[in-house]
Amino acid sequence: MYVAVKGGETAINNAHRLLADRRRGNRAVPSLTLDQIAEQLALSVDRVMSEGSLYDRRLAALAIKQARGDLIEAIFLVRAYRTTLPRFGHSEPLDTEAMLVQRRISACYKDLPGGQLLGPTFDYTHRLLDEELDGDPQVEQGGHRVEAHESIARVTDILDREGLVEEDHGLDEVVEPGDINQTPMSFPLDRSMRLQALARGDEGFLLALGYSTQRGYARSHPFAGEIRIGEVDVEVFMPELGFAVPIGRVQVTECQMVNQFKGSAKAPPQFTRGYGLVFGQSERKAMAMSLCDRALRAEELGEDIVAPAQDQEFVVSHCDNVQATGFVEHLKLPHYVDFQAELALVRRMRAEHEDRADMASGEVREAAE
Amino acid sequence: MNMQHRTSGYNFAYLDEQTKRMIRRAILKAIAVPGYQVPFASREMPMPYGWGTGGVQVTAAVLGPDDVLKVIDQGADDATNAVSIRKFFERVAGVLTTTKTSDATIIQTRHRIPETPLAEGQVLVYQVPIPEPLRFLEPRETETRKMHALEEYGLMHVKLYEDIARNGHIATTYAYPVKVEDRYVMDPSPTPKFDNPKMHMSGALQLFGAGREKRIYALPPYSRVVSLDFEDHPFEVQHFDKPCALCGAAGVYLDEVVLDDKGKRMFVCSDSDHCETRRVEGHRGELSAEPVL
Repeated sequence: MYVAVKGGETAINNAHRLLADRRRGNRAVPSLTLDQIAEQLALSVDRVMSEGSLYDRRLAALAIKQARGDLIEAIFLVRAYRTTLPRFGHSEPLDTEAMLVQRRISACYKDLPGGQLLGPTFDYTHRLLDEELDGDPQVEQGGHRVEAHESIARVTDILDREGLVEEDHGLDEVVEPGDINQTPMSFPLDRSMRLQALARGDEGFLLALGYSTQRGYARSHPFAGEIRIGEVDVEVFMPELGFAVPIGRVQVTECQMVNQFKGSAKAPPQFTRGYGLVFGQSERKAMAMSLCDRALRAEELGEDIVAPAQDQEFVVSHCDNVQATGFVEHLKLPHYVDFQAELALVRRMRAEHEDRADMASGEVREAAE
Repeated sequence: MNMQHRTSGYNFAYLDEQTKRMIRRAILKAIAVPGYQVPFASREMPMPYGWGTGGVQVTAAVLGPDDVLKVIDQGADDATNAVSIRKFFERVAGVLTTTKTSDATIIQTRHRIPETPLAEGQVLVYQVPIPEPLRFLEPRETETRKMHALEEYGLMHVKLYEDIARNGHIATTYAYPVKVEDRYVMDPSPTPKFDNPKMHMSGALQLFGAGREKRIYALPPYSRVVSLDFEDHPFEVQHFDKPCALCGAAGVYLDEVVLDDKGKRMFVCSDSDHCETRRVEGHRGELSAEPVL
């Protein structure tokens, strides 16, 4: 005798209670504060802001705490919140030349106006676990440059003066940028839409794709023209005033990749650009993004499309980790009825297969007799 | 039916009115061109993509305070994701919910169409993972849109033909493609092909929402929906050898329940409301633990 199972609702409630308990962990260990997360796990916060598409350190820290440190889950929480916010409009293009630079390096020139400024970087550290961090050792203050803030010219602008690198397109034109939140994707996408998708794209996915271009799948001969990290003003045009006013500051990482280009029927030999811009400090993501951006410009530059990184439907449709994780993980939802349908089919096909085998062996016997 | 109190702080049915208006426009277009996939600016929802965000957005856009909502997954009202979505609308819309198919004005479903025939005035909202029936034949959206525009469905017929050539029959058991009003080939969502005939000439409005893929499509009431087949290999639905072990229903879709690790199994109604209603009416199957009334 059998009684049909019920109780989905109770099961869900119990599971969520258990989750809340596990999230908090051992009550004897003090609860994390959002300040601790924002200050000491700052790069996690940066990633959540970047891929969550919302510049708010407190909310990102809250999401990380709520998600038990699962960053993609935290990104999802931030996105779901973000979608409830009203859209006021768009900012003026960020002036990254006027950036208050915390780090700025170029792999193209040994020295250049504004200098090389390493800033807070993991580069050149030896990756040796530091057991001292098990406690709370005294850490000395980092030094600061005392000079007054001045604009530091972009490396690409230096190249541009000689015409060696393609111009930055469309800066003088008044272009209404697309918005991937407000318009359904329809391929081919213009570069502004692609860059938006890449800016919130999954760091790991873009990293692997960028890496693939370096290994010969759409090789683009890149040089890290410049990477700069720092704070920039966000300005919004106010129709009532007739001019743009700063509404705040955001920290961003900008990467301008300079790529060798032999020229094509469409363009003369010159360096081309790949661009990456992300919230906070994330060089890996900004560099991967600029490699992908350059690869996705294949059609515009008249290059053959031969690799996944050049295929905008492939890259843009799969770079969003909130979409990807949702769809991959939906496989754990029940699929009883479809599985039942497939079960019946496989059973039927196996029966037919056996019949055929029986028939064949019967024929063999007849032939032997 | 359950009476609910709405959580404050969110607009009725969660989405803001502008977003609902945008989705309604897409729905109207979809109704005007049956079977055509209308792109829409799908929003991020507080549940994951692939877990019904398209259906939830469509339901939120058509839901009114007087509606009675039923949510099913695999035909069952108490499947975990159905419970979760039903609770969501109880919280953000405060509407009445029900498990009875005939009492509902809107039914959101994943993978099944209820056994009880739907009536005029009812809306069936499907959660759709991959709206494009040609996707697994041609992965590129730019290509498949062209194929629909040109009514170029040869590739699909070749696929079905190859099935027959290889297996002697068409080896698609769910998400079985249909042709709508003699024009668009449409994915019925991953319902078993058993349910395909229920879409044909249904009195209910059928809406399909794919959140991650940002598409909405529709079947207005009394649309002609024909499952693709060949003259010498006509379309046929699954048949079960035995009736439901709990309510004795025949001619319904059954779930297989494994009873022990020695291969003992039973078959019961996938539509839990249908099964319960029949048992209340006194029907009994061979393994029912309930006494005959």
